[in-house]
Amino acid sequence: MFYREAGQFKSTYAADQQLFPIRQDRIAMALLLALAFVGVPLASITPGIEGVIDFNYWYNGVIIPFLIFSLAALGLNILTGYAGQLSLGTGAFMAVGAFAAYNLMLRVPRMPILAAFVLAGVIAAAVGLVFGLPSLRIKGFYLAVATLAAQFFVVWALTKFGWFSNDSSSGVIAAQKIVIAGYAFDTPVKRYLLVLAIVAVMALAAKNLARSAIGRAWMAVRDMDVAAEVIGIPMMKAKLLAFAISSFYCGVAGALFAFAYLGNVEPQAFDLDLSFRILFMIIIGGVGSVLGSFLGAAFIVVLPILLDIAATGFERAAGIAVPAGLVSNLTLILFGALIVFFLAVEPLGLARLWQVAKEKLRLWPFPH
Amino acid sequence: MFRHFGRPVAALLGAAILAAAPWARAQSEQFIPMNGYWVGPYAAGGSGVFGGYIDYINMVNAKGGINGVKLTYEKCETEYNNARGVECYERSKKKGPTGASLVMPLSTGITYSLIDKGTEDHVPIVSIGYGRTDAADGRVFPWVFPLITTYWSQATAMLKFIGMKEGGGTEKLKGKKIVLVYHDSAYGKEPIPVLESQAKRFGYELHTIAVAHPGNEQQAQWLQVRQIRPDWVILWGWGVMNPTALKAAARIGFPRNKIVAVWWSGAEEDAIPAGDAAKGYYAAAFNVSGSNYPVVKEIEKTVYAKGKGEMEDRSRIGSIYYNRGVVFGIVATEAIRTAQAKYGKGKPMTGDQIRWGLEHLNIDEKRLKELGATNFMQPLKVSCSDHEGGGAVRFLQWDGKKWNTVTDWIAADRDVVRPMIEESAAKYAKEKGITPRDCSKEG
Repeated sequence: MFYREAGQFKSTYAADQQLFPIRQDRIAMALLLALAFVGVPLASITPGIEGVIDFNYWYNGVIIPFLIFSLAALGLNILTGYAGQLSLGTGAFMAVGAFAAYNLMLRVPRMPILAAFVLAGVIAAAVGLVFGLPSLRIKGFYLAVATLAAQFFVVWALTKFGWFSNDSSSGVIAAQKIVIAGYAFDTPVKRYLLVLAIVAVMALAAKNLARSAIGRAWMAVRDMDVAAEVIGIPMMKAKLLAFAISSFYCGVAGALFAFAYLGNVEPQAFDLDLSFRILFMIIIGGVGSVLGSFLGAAFIVVLPILLDIAATGFERAAGIAVPAGLVSNLTLILFGALIVFFLAVEPLGLARLWQVAKEKLRLWPFPH
Repeated sequence: MFRHFGRPVAALLGAAILAAAPWARAQSEQFIPMNGYWVGPYAAGGSGVFGGYIDYINMVNAKGGINGVKLTYEKCETEYNNARGVECYERSKKKGPTGASLVMPLSTGITYSLIDKGTEDHVPIVSIGYGRTDAADGRVFPWVFPLITTYWSQATAMLKFIGMKEGGGTEKLKGKKIVLVYHDSAYGKEPIPVLESQAKRFGYELHTIAVAHPGNEQQAQWLQVRQIRPDWVILWGWGVMNPTALKAAARIGFPRNKIVAVWWSGAEEDAIPAGDAAKGYYAAAFNVSGSNYPVVKEIEKTVYAKGKGEMEDRSRIGSIYYNRGVVFGIVATEAIRTAQAKYGKGKPMTGDQIRWGLEHLNIDEKRLKELGATNFMQPLKVSCSDHEGGGAVRFLQWDGKKWNTVTDWIAADRDVVRPMIEESAAKYAKEKGITPRDCSKEG
């Protein structure tokens, strides 16, 4: 009833090609951004609401990691979802971003932190480019194995060479304070807004990229690389650009992971486990979808936390003492079951579910 | 399809939001978060340590709490994962009337992630036997307490132990060959600077051999050990790497009683899977194993006899991990008790007050006797500048069935370790723009 595009006529190519062609989508997106940028921070300083919900917990514990993982998942989605190149090196590219940003801030005098984030992304892109070279010869699972090399090599190098961590005996870096133009981002709400702004801009850029010539080239490569080459898509450029841009996103996500989230990070925080988690995010969220990256990150990052909170809340409310570890194990089992359930219901990911829901909404309340 | 599960999802969300909201509690309660791990590859360690920790807290409660203040706790599963650890910390820090008393993350990675947060929120971060070594300089890290002993202290104590076994003191190390077989990670590399600087001083030859995580394949490394033919091997392992190393040592015929391991390689869970290959091997420890100590007996009497208690497998009571958790419990409750002595007995303490308590913690032999923990752990005296306190370790030997204590407390070489800690902490302070506190002005 509300979600109907009847009467919205496109009279120009630009209107037809825009990011959100349906007016309701544009309104919903504007509302969502307004809620995220204005509504949530305002609510967190409104005295009445602030007392009921512990906003600092939600910022530091849930929302900021969710946004950062969404950005990393978005980066991997560009490479795997759009360009069809399977990668297990996401954690490594994030590590490069985090350590690059740290070293830039440490060694370059008067380095503005936003420029450090961008340069960290560029350095990660360069590393991604190098490890993307095998993709010119091999594909599929074999490429995944080749990107594993990136994963192990980067973590090994960051641990092995003390220079990267400024000779910290344990290889840990202590992220510097975030100060932009004399303004310190030192409270959870400020860090949240900074991360949100960066993620929002980069997500829109990714959506824009996907509909551009290079985005179409990626999808052609993904769907059938021989056919893509025959119609004149430069294979090397498309694949290497996918690696570079994907690593740029991961690098910025890694820098935010260190600077806006954890503060002190060791190379082991970016191990293979992290790469797998991000890969699962895009598989569950939806391969080849910007929205899917966010849904997948929400599923992997937020759902276990909610399950855990609900379980401990239930345990307390019911007043039963369950054996140690039982709750943890049950939560893990439930989480696994949910993954299987959602993949069984919709193998193409949560983003596809949302698309189906949209199709249905167009017809609602009439079935035909 | 989707409309069928809208309601359960909404209910789940609702329960989650309700549970996360702060709630009112009676005033004479002190909240201690139990952010540990009971699942995953390190569950053996996590469940053992937190079992002992929680049992000790319950024992204190059963005996009336701390001056009448009841201790409350809540478990939060971190899965040994940094992000989950931060989430648990954020969830727990405001609970109870005065917020989280102190946090023990039991993971070096999570400890690092919490250094800035604890400092900002005024929650003491206590890492006993792990975490950031140079945080022992309390002038730079007022909120971080790597208590009892650090990796660097332990490395120097190991050298003393080797000298002792060679029939004298550290002078006997001259001309000896020592191989460090370490987990190739930040944790495993930790002792290298100390062992290198000591090699120059004592004149032994040091070789280092890295084992990639997780370490379930070590044939190449131990062949290298056989070529070097060392007098001693120091094993700095973790998890599955430990039994694998012992088995590989047995295969090349390297005597196990010439292997001395770090305390994270010296639990029952490390030795039993290696079977006979583990017989005779030494490990450092800052707590002993065995349930034959009054403090453990007291827990059995006041907690388990009433049908409560954390350990489902009773045979693990008194194991290395369990007893380590009891040590955690002693440190936490004694810090709260010390804080109460200054800021008011029978009142819940805030993070600031407990930090004062930790910095003035003084568990001497007399107090240990009262706690029923004589020889169970070492005396501990913390100060504003020294956030380590003890520094000594004991050495245990595995006899095929259990760990036997073979030495008294061996003190660390503080003249070696302390300057390194101060140098490293000063570098951190410079990077972060921290002005170290002046401890002479602290009350």
